[in-house]
Amino acid sequence: MKAKLFDYIDRDNLIFNLSGLTKLVCFICLTCSVMLSYDIRYVLFVTVLSGIFFKMSGLEFKQIKLMLIYVIIFLLMNFLLTYLFSPQYGPEIYGTCHELFRINSRYTVTLEQLLYQTTKIMKYASMVPMGMVFLLTTNPSEFAASLNRVGCSYKGAYALSLTLRYFPDMIRNYQDIALAQQSRGLDLSRKEKLGTRARNVVNICVPLIFSTLDRIELISNAMDLRGFGKHKKRTWYVARPIRYADWCAMAVCALVLAGSLGLSFFINGSRFWNPFV
Amino acid sequence: MEKKLFEFKTKTIVATGLGAALFTLLFMYVKVPTGIPETELQTAYGVGAFFAALFGPITGGLVAFIGHALSDSVQYGSVWWSWVVASGVSCFICGLVYPKLRVEEGEFGAKDIVKFNVFQVVGNVISWVIVAPVLDIVVYAEPVNLVFTQGAVAAVLNSIAAGLIGSILLVLYSKTRSKKGSLTKE
Repeated sequence: MKAKLFDYIDRDNLIFNLSGLTKLVCFICLTCSVMLSYDIRYVLFVTVLSGIFFKMSGLEFKQIKLMLIYVIIFLLMNFLLTYLFSPQYGPEIYGTCHELFRINSRYTVTLEQLLYQTTKIMKYASMVPMGMVFLLTTNPSEFAASLNRVGCSYKGAYALSLTLRYFPDMIRNYQDIALAQQSRGLDLSRKEKLGTRARNVVNICVPLIFSTLDRIELISNAMDLRGFGKHKKRTWYVARPIRYADWCAMAVCALVLAGSLGLSFFINGSRFWNPFV
Repeated sequence: MEKKLFEFKTKTIVATGLGAALFTLLFMYVKVPTGIPETELQTAYGVGAFFAALFGPITGGLVAFIGHALSDSVQYGSVWWSWVVASGVSCFICGLVYPKLRVEEGEFGAKDIVKFNVFQVVGNVISWVIVAPVLDIVVYAEPVNLVFTQGAVAAVLNSIAAGLIGSILLVLYSKTRSKKGSLTKE
């Protein structure tokens, strides 16, 4: 278990110097554009784009390797399950049926199904580099500031910034408690029976949760004493001014979103790109 | 003191923040395997329901929403929005029980357990059997029978997790609080 999940290291390049607000807006635009489109050409285009952003940010591949493995496992599961449950969903969507070969009467492999499932996987995979860029290049404290600036109430934004602030603490706490309990003979490994193991997990969680409750009391008193929430608005120490590059980046991402919508509405006539008719 | 359903005090905010951090942690690392592959009891939903019952629907909903979104993005790099929204909805509905409970005054009897579990089960069923699959179909165009099967499994597992762990935590917590009027004059 690593405590440095959000290992934000400041660097000096174009992506890092964009304001958190810009990165949030771009992330939302790009996510929505792939989420709405089922056109593999467009999804691939966004994939390439987010790959370029990743390259530009100067992040290294090893920082996302573990994550990539998780994603691949998840996507393979999804691929298999989709096929098991509805092997004929592709033909249903596209309205045609180009059969490649047949396993039995229910499970046939069709071009439509392959296209549908590949698109779906790409839709998901395309956002991984972008998400990583967003997560690893945004200063966590600046993130709350940018959320507030896109219209989220500052109290809500503050809750999120507290989450990011206390998450590493929580991991450390959890490890301390787990080690303390294990040294007292609590077994969490596979050797123990399932029921006992469940009870042992609870024995670690309970002190963690109750110490968190104490902490909530402490922090909220401290914030109240400093007059938190008295005014309708607040300013942020870490908020960055919006510069020329920010406007350009936002414009590009807005264009990508507009392109996705335009493609769905005007060119394809639906969310799906149908090469079979 | 009368409890309002949708109040937004400093304490609500802090509870949301720390609760979401806790939710993320548990969601990522603390799962109880059921013995069936790829299905696990998420202890996080127990904690989500617990926070919802203690601090109300806003905290509950946001704890699960932020927690799930954060753990998704940390683990997978992108977020499966339909399920994240469903998580939020389930804990939001569970939080509607908040004005009916007096846990912080040390009261959590058999009747309260039933109340809590009714809300919790309703919340889980609505969000996993209706919200999650419908959003999956609308947003991701997933096949219908797959998402409803997944949703039904998730509803059962999460109800068990929330019911079991949530109830245990609430009982334990109520015991640490001193009851109102528990002092007697000698």
